[in-house]
Amino acid sequence: MTDACLTFRNLTLGYNSHPAVHHLDGSVKHGSLTAVVGLNGSGKSTLMKGIVGILQPMAGACLRETGGRIAYLPQQSEIDRSFPARVVDLVSLGLWSRRGLLGRFTRDDRAAISNALGSVGLEGFEKRPIDTLSGGQLQRALFARVLVQDADIILLDEPFNAIDTKTLGDLIDIIKRWHGERRTIMVVIHDLQLVRDHFPETLLLARHPIAWGRTKETLRPENMLQARRFIEAWDDEAEWCEPATLGIGLDHQSRGARQNHDHQPAPAEKGAA
Amino acid sequence: MPDIYDFLIAPFIDYAFMQRALLGSFLLAISSCPVGVFLMLRRMSLTGDAMAHAILPGAATGFLLFGLQIVPMTIGGLIAGIVVAISAGAVSRFTVQKEDASMAAFYLISLALGVLIVSIRGSSVDLLHVLFGTILALNNDALLLIALIATLTLIGLILFWRALIAECLDPLFLRSVSGLGTPVHFIFLALVVLNLIGGFQALGTLLSVGLMMLPAAAARFWTTRVESMCGLAVLFGIFSCVAGLLLSYHLSLPSGPAIILSAGIIYVASVVFGASGIVNARARRPRHRTA
Repeated sequence: MTDACLTFRNLTLGYNSHPAVHHLDGSVKHGSLTAVVGLNGSGKSTLMKGIVGILQPMAGACLRETGGRIAYLPQQSEIDRSFPARVVDLVSLGLWSRRGLLGRFTRDDRAAISNALGSVGLEGFEKRPIDTLSGGQLQRALFARVLVQDADIILLDEPFNAIDTKTLGDLIDIIKRWHGERRTIMVVIHDLQLVRDHFPETLLLARHPIAWGRTKETLRPENMLQARRFIEAWDDEAEWCEPATLGIGLDHQSRGARQNHDHQPAPAEKGAA
Repeated sequence: MPDIYDFLIAPFIDYAFMQRALLGSFLLAISSCPVGVFLMLRRMSLTGDAMAHAILPGAATGFLLFGLQIVPMTIGGLIAGIVVAISAGAVSRFTVQKEDASMAAFYLISLALGVLIVSIRGSSVDLLHVLFGTILALNNDALLLIALIATLTLIGLILFWRALIAECLDPLFLRSVSGLGTPVHFIFLALVVLNLIGGFQALGTLLSVGLMMLPAAAARFWTTRVESMCGLAVLFGIFSCVAGLLLSYHLSLPSGPAIILSAGIIYVASVVFGASGIVNARARRPRHRTA
């Protein structure tokens, strides 16, 4: 796994001591295009937050290749729509990693912003105040910001929400172009037909990874059935997963047997190219 | 013409204390009005008010120990303000509680402490100066302090402008690309405290918030760009100061309230007649285009 771009080592992420992503192992290859699939509450968005680093792991680690730029399109942005900003102000935030706090925006930067807006079908929207955008237009503007970020790792959390079918095709084309440019892309997505049509690899999550590999194999009926049996609710009576001091030395299976929650056997293949 | 000269210009030519008051209030407006714009855009308009109360125990302690002197009262106020700002900010950043609740909790604790300290000294006419300011008696130390605070504020705002905008507009995005979000928030709170400290020599702890918030709130009705909003707020602030000082001079009114009420009149006029004010938004039925 020399060309791993992201590596998860027994990664557990969650909230209030309840895991949302549980014991995830594996790696995401350079230049791979992965769909992240699963029911509501299966840990897809949590995994994205863990990779970006805005959620600290409860256990394990998420190792990111150093030096690479990361772009993240959250499922629910925390944008203040009443803020007096224009579309161009919003999209130009994407220049942050290159221009930082004080760097001047160059003519090329402005051209990049215009191009990005054009790519998502928002040409001429530069001066529009953001509070006049529709939900889908705002989503496209945010997509344009990801374009401007020009990142090596791109994480999109349900990017096609509120997007019309005409624009959907454009956005898929952009994702494929990124894939052609050997960027590493992970997309949280619910439309399995889109996954089958456009995504070479899929990670199927149900708090645990159910399957991870080539899309066709991951989305086999037995895997889907297993994912569907996933119980979304937290169990406040669930036993503690690993005692802080005693966990060391016990092998995975015996721990799984001792606890009230089932540990899936490690997925057979991960990130197969 | 002589009448206008006598009314508008002569007070500032003839009296040194009016010149000092004018200089001090200009500096305050340049410094605290842009801070007010960001407070408003971050929906923290009432935070300024809370912080003004939070300063009280520090200023009162300085007053208790050293009497009515600028340096100890300023340092005391600064410490109290920073402690409350950081505590409230930390609770909101690291727990589920939002900043409005944590700020309310800490400023009320601080206020009670302040009242307690004041009562130890017993009632004092001098303390009214702390609460309501003495812009007509600004000495060199006070002017120097205000100038220093204005310089620090402008440098801070220019340096962190982009981060402040990003932190207001899309905080989650800023967290995903930079670790600056939390530091910028605290730097900004520190600037708020500094400006309130600067203002309380001139306007008192309570009214200094007025010069921060009223021009900013008024400017929101005239423009949709942050840059021009800051500029307009400064203009409104300066205008309020001049108007307030003149009213105070000619009608023998207390200067602090006269300044803040002038800003208040600008605010009400902006609400009604501003570009996005009531008249434009409601009364007039706008024409619309085909696309």
